[in-house]
Amino acid sequence: MSILILAEHDNQTLKPVTLSVIAAAKVIGGDIAVLVAGQSCAQVAEQVAQVEGVSKVLLADSSSYQHQLAENIAPLVAEQASGLTHVLAAATTTGKNILPRVAALLGVNQVSEVLAIESANRFKRAIYAGNAIATVESAEPVHVMTIRGTAFDAVSATGNSAEIVNLSNDFNSADIRFISEALAESDRPELTAAKVVVSGGRGVASAENFEMLYRVADKLGAAVGASRAAVDAGYVPNDMQVGQTGKLVAPELYIAIGISGAIQHLAGMKDSKVIVAINKDEEAPIFQVADYGLVADLFEAVPEFEKAI
Amino acid sequence: MKLLVAVKRVIDYNVKVRVKSDRTDVDLANVKMSLNPFCEIAVEEAVRLKEKGVASEVLVVSIGSKACQEQLRTALALGADRAIQVEGPDNPDSLSVARILAEIVKREDPGLILLGKQSIDSDNNQTGQMLAALIDRPQATFISEIMIEGDQLTATREVDGGLQTLQLTLPAVVTTDLRLNEPRYASLPNIMKAKKKPLDVMTADELGISINNRITLVSVEPPAERSAGIKVSSVTELVDKLRQEAKVIA
Repeated sequence: MSILILAEHDNQTLKPVTLSVIAAAKVIGGDIAVLVAGQSCAQVAEQVAQVEGVSKVLLADSSSYQHQLAENIAPLVAEQASGLTHVLAAATTTGKNILPRVAALLGVNQVSEVLAIESANRFKRAIYAGNAIATVESAEPVHVMTIRGTAFDAVSATGNSAEIVNLSNDFNSADIRFISEALAESDRPELTAAKVVVSGGRGVASAENFEMLYRVADKLGAAVGASRAAVDAGYVPNDMQVGQTGKLVAPELYIAIGISGAIQHLAGMKDSKVIVAINKDEEAPIFQVADYGLVADLFEAVPEFEKAI
Repeated sequence: MKLLVAVKRVIDYNVKVRVKSDRTDVDLANVKMSLNPFCEIAVEEAVRLKEKGVASEVLVVSIGSKACQEQLRTALALGADRAIQVEGPDNPDSLSVARILAEIVKREDPGLILLGKQSIDSDNNQTGQMLAALIDRPQATFISEIMIEGDQLTATREVDGGLQTLQLTLPAVVTTDLRLNEPRYASLPNIMKAKKKPLDVMTADELGISINNRITLVSVEPPAERSAGIKVSSVTELVDKLRQEAKVIA
C-alpha cells in the first residue's frame, strides 16, 4: 500500500484532525506520504515530519495554495497520487471541498466520511445522517477517502523525523479568487478537538444567555457548541453548530443545555464518551442518550453548576 | 443566463430510517419520498435569481427511475421552467451523475450550475465538486450567500472556522448549505401549471455515459444504540457523579 494524505493546517500549525487521518492510514498500512500545500508553510512540514507513522512529507509552498482553494490544490494532489493506492483527507469542510475534485480528476468515486477501516478496500461509513452504518467495498484503482476524525484516535505528534521533499509544480486557476475570511476568534479549544464541549440549544433563548455557557466552558477548558435551532435563531454563529450538517464531535464530556435532541443533533455528538443533558422537559429525546440527565430550569441549574465546578 | 439545477429524489427527511432485517440496505418500501432538502434550496435560489432578472431560464435535471419525475414536477412547481429526467438506477454513483451532468452542461451551456451540498441518503457530498472538476470550472461549496454581477459570482461559504468569501468567474458550480434561503411552498395554481411544463426523458446511453459503480454496498447495520443513563436530582449530585463516577471533571 502507498498512501497520500492531504494535511490540514493554517500555514502555521498542523490541525490535530490530520493526526487522526494518519491513524486511519496506519490501519490500512504501508508507506504514508503527507502533502503540505500552502504558503510559507515550511514550519507545518517540519511538524508533520515529526508525526508518528509518516514516511515522507511533500511540501508545496506557493501563494496559489495559501487559501486551500480546491481548483489549485486538487490537481496538485491528483498529480502526486499517481501510482498510489489511497488518497486521504479529513472530512472537514476543507477536505470535503477538495477531495471529490481530486477523485473526479482521477476518474474514481470517493468514499466519504469513513468511520472504520475493515481492510485496504473495505470501509465503514455513516449514511442517512448516521441512522445507518454502511460497509462498502471499493474496486476503484485508487481509494479516495475522507476520514471522520472523531472515529480514529490521533497518532503521536512527535518522535519521528521523516524526510521533507519540496514540490515545485504550481497549479493556479484564473477563475477563482479568495476575497475574505471571517473566522471566529476564540481562546477556547477547537470544537472538534476539545475534550469537553458545552452546547446550548433553543432553550438558552438568546445570544446574551449563551454567556452562561461560556463561563462554564472557561472553567472546564471546554469548547462551546450549539444546536441548529440555536444557530438558526441567531444566538451564535454557524461555525458552532454541532450535528449532521454541522460539526461532528466526540469529546470525553458533552454537556447539552436546553437542547431537545433532534436526530440531526444527536448524529453529531452521540459518540461522546459521557453525555450530560440539562433540560426542563423530561420527555426531551436528549435524555435517551444522556448518561446523566438533570430535569431542571437551565437558568437556575447552569449558574449553580458553574459555581460547583 | 441559463441556470442548471441538479436534484435528487430521497427518503423524506421526517421519516425514521430503518435497516432491513437481512441488513442488505435500508428499507425504502412504502416510505415517503421527497426532493432532497439541499436540492430544494438550490432550486429556490435559482428561481430567486430568475425573479431578480439575473437568470432567464431554470432547467432542472434528475437521474433515476421514472419515479423521480415527481420531484422534477415539484421543482417545476417551485418555479423551474423545464426538466430533464435521465433514466437510470435509483442510486447512481456520484461520478456517473457528475459525468451525466457534465454532458448536459456541454449541450445546454448554463452560466451557473446549482446543486445541494449533499443528499440526505448517501451523505456523500461530492457530486458538485466532481462536476466542477470534469468541466474544469471553479466551485463554491456549502454556500450561504451568492451575488452575481456580470460574469462574476461572489459566494460566501460556511466553513469549519466561520465564513469564507470567494469570487468566481462564470460558468461555475455552487453547492448549497442550509442557510442560503428558506424554500417557498408551491401554491396549488403553480402545482397545476407545473404539470404542463416541458419534461424531457433521455437515457444515460444517449448521453454516451455508462453508469458503473465500482463501490459496492456490502451490508448495512443500525448504529450502536446508546442507552439512557440515569436521572440525577440536583446539580450537586450531577457534579458529584461527574467527579467520582465518570471522572471527567476535576
